[in-house]
Amino acid sequence: MGLEDLQHNFLTGSLEDLVKWARRNSVWPATFGLACCALEMMATGAAHYDLSRFGMEIFRASPRQADLMIVAGRVSQKMAPVLRQVYDQMVEPKWVISMGVCASSGGMFNNYAIVQGVDQIVPVDVYSPGCPPGPETLMHSILTLHEMIRTGEITRRRADSGGGAGVHLDHPGPKVAVATPR
Amino acid sequence: MSDTDVPAGEVAVEEPALIHGFPSSLSHGQLVVHVDAGHYLELVTALRDDGYAFCADLTVVDYLLAIDRPMPTGVTPERFEVVVNLLSMDEGTRVRVRAQVPESDPTVPTLFGLYPGTEAMEREAYDMFGVVFEGHPDLTRILMPDDWEGHPLRKDYAVGRIPVQFKDAPGPR
Amino acid sequence: MDLTAETDEHSQELKRRSETSPAEGAIERGAVLRGVATSDDVDVEITDDETMIINMGPQHPSTHGVLRLMLELDGETVLRCKPIIGYLHTGMEKTGEDLTYLQGPTNVTRMDYASPLNNELVFALAVEKLLELELPARAQWIRMLMAELNRISSHLLFLATNGMDLGAISMMIYGFRDRESVLAFFEKTTGLRMNHNYIRPGGVAADLPDGWRDDVLRICDDLPVHLDEYDQLLTGQPIWRERTQGIGVITQEQAIAVSATGPILRSTGLPWDLRRTIPYLFYDQLEFDVVVGTYGDTFDRYAIRLNEVRESIKLVRQILDRMPAGDYRAQDKKVTPPPRARIDESMEALIHHFKIFTEGYKVPEGEVYVAIESPRGELGCYIVSDGSARPYRLHIRAPSFVNLQVLPHLLRGGLVADAVAVISSVDPIMGEVDR
Repeated sequence: MGLEDLQHNFLTGSLEDLVKWARRNSVWPATFGLACCALEMMATGAAHYDLSRFGMEIFRASPRQADLMIVAGRVSQKMAPVLRQVYDQMVEPKWVISMGVCASSGGMFNNYAIVQGVDQIVPVDVYSPGCPPGPETLMHSILTLHEMIRTGEITRRRADSGGGAGVHLDHPGPKVAVATPR
Repeated sequence: MSDTDVPAGEVAVEEPALIHGFPSSLSHGQLVVHVDAGHYLELVTALRDDGYAFCADLTVVDYLLAIDRPMPTGVTPERFEVVVNLLSMDEGTRVRVRAQVPESDPTVPTLFGLYPGTEAMEREAYDMFGVVFEGHPDLTRILMPDDWEGHPLRKDYAVGRIPVQFKDAPGPR
Repeated sequence: MDLTAETDEHSQELKRRSETSPAEGAIERGAVLRGVATSDDVDVEITDDETMIINMGPQHPSTHGVLRLMLELDGETVLRCKPIIGYLHTGMEKTGEDLTYLQGPTNVTRMDYASPLNNELVFALAVEKLLELELPARAQWIRMLMAELNRISSHLLFLATNGMDLGAISMMIYGFRDRESVLAFFEKTTGLRMNHNYIRPGGVAADLPDGWRDDVLRICDDLPVHLDEYDQLLTGQPIWRERTQGIGVITQEQAIAVSATGPILRSTGLPWDLRRTIPYLFYDQLEFDVVVGTYGDTFDRYAIRLNEVRESIKLVRQILDRMPAGDYRAQDKKVTPPPRARIDESMEALIHHFKIFTEGYKVPEGEVYVAIESPRGELGCYIVSDGSARPYRLHIRAPSFVNLQVLPHLLRGGLVADAVAVISSVDPIMGEVDR
């Protein structure tokens, strides 16, 4: 039973908040480090930048146990069906952060070998720019995702448009995380 | 030790010196031997017996757009060139073999029997250029998906850019 | 939608023994390196339906990136192994033909993304050889400093991931902690933590910042203490030894036959290190030891990399003391862009800047192969130039691509858990494997 099935009224309000709080404070990422961005993702999980304070330090190898897929790196033609397969194996509610410019748009590799943007394959919730995005940018995109979960924007969007992947959105699109200058 | 095979002070000669009967040249201090596809295996075997027991690299160059490149006398330039870099660990010297492979019959014998390390290198050369290595145990694509059509690094294969929405900006080429 | 069919790689996969040719089967069993004839050493007593063919990867926590291994297992024992690569193929060699020589380092730096400065270095050395360009001493020494620091950060990454793969999960945290101090110095000097585009043909992009001596000295002072801690944590520990000693053994002849270089070759006892045997930059003026192993097993490769960090620290200290003053890049106006301030003053400087950044500088016709010792082995760059501003052919000889060929031999007869240890000790970086 997901939040989408609830009749929204004042009684279920605090229940919704509780569920959203639980969801955003223990998002478990799936290991999907492909290239250079994977090293920055690992650095974000390590002690200096520490994803553990957000409840995200365990990267689940099995997509069945994961909530979030951080596509970290360039997606080649051979890898695209694998990416889709892993995404489909994840259980709802699931989110995707496209980390780095290669995952977001093909990056500097505008050629035959790289899929020009992972949103051609899976629906992306947050795009994270950078080559590679530093740990601070990645954390900002994760916190943006948490904010989207907190305001329920994601579940409302999915409920309205039918949920699942491969759907085009008319609503204001996903947010772009921008690293704040020091 | 340096990676040149020629003692310092020796002037490059007009006629290329013959290594095992094949013309050679110096490219920025590096010894290069030119051969045709027919005698390629014979030359590499001879070099291996000379002490070049390590095959550092095997690759192919597609000279479609530069077919009339400067070559030593006696060497007919072809479209494809198989380039093999060999290394002698005892001497610390390198030698490069450039074999001319025609487009009409892009086949050369495999070096797998001499250097097992060329297995992956030859598969990559086949995948990227379509040069067939006769006798290779498993000549299938290695980098592209198995059902990919075309050989990407050939000069007549487009880069595959998609148009990007920058106003009036020309691409790199 | 039949997902299995979509992810099938057909002829690139490991097939049942009945469907595999004898020659291919010999490679998958690692028989070629053992010098065994194709028909010997096949597990005839085990039939096709008693074994499992399973897939490890490409999405897997322990395969170090997108490496796909197909294994034929008898229970937990590996009989045959076939690595399938190409899941990170980026067409970098094709892209390299479209980029000018000034833009080249941005492309090659992303191949071996654990030691990006080494990729840039080999590319820059190859281009400079074609240009026959002389570099000022300071530029070369700065390059050596950055290359050695990059070796340290790459080996720390190895220690972190190797430890985690074998169960010492705290090693992951420690390794990344030390990496952070090196990456912070890189960020201060080059502007980026990774993929720096700092070492360019003609020199380096910018001079070392003020106070670099203190930063580097701090790294050199703090790191050996931590390394001793890791030594204590891992080297003598019985579980670590059980899991690494005698696992994944390779002999010197096998390593040379399969063209393996780097710690894999050195673990067999051969002191082959290009910094010593075919020196480049000013390595022949520096004192350091080439670390070799004895048994060619996983433990040796771990110990070699740990001690290579110590040797690199030794080198960095020497470079610290001997860093000369001078230019950080060649003063050839056609190759290196003028300083930004001069653009306001001189028309000629403006024109040079414009031409170098838009058209690029032309490199004379020719071809050259240059190799350096990257943390993974012999990293080579073969460039063919047709006289224009872009390479006609750019080929990078990636050490991990060649080193991966040892896997069928090393995995044979071991358990699946040993497979994880062995892959980790080979330390492949898939970016340079697939390019």
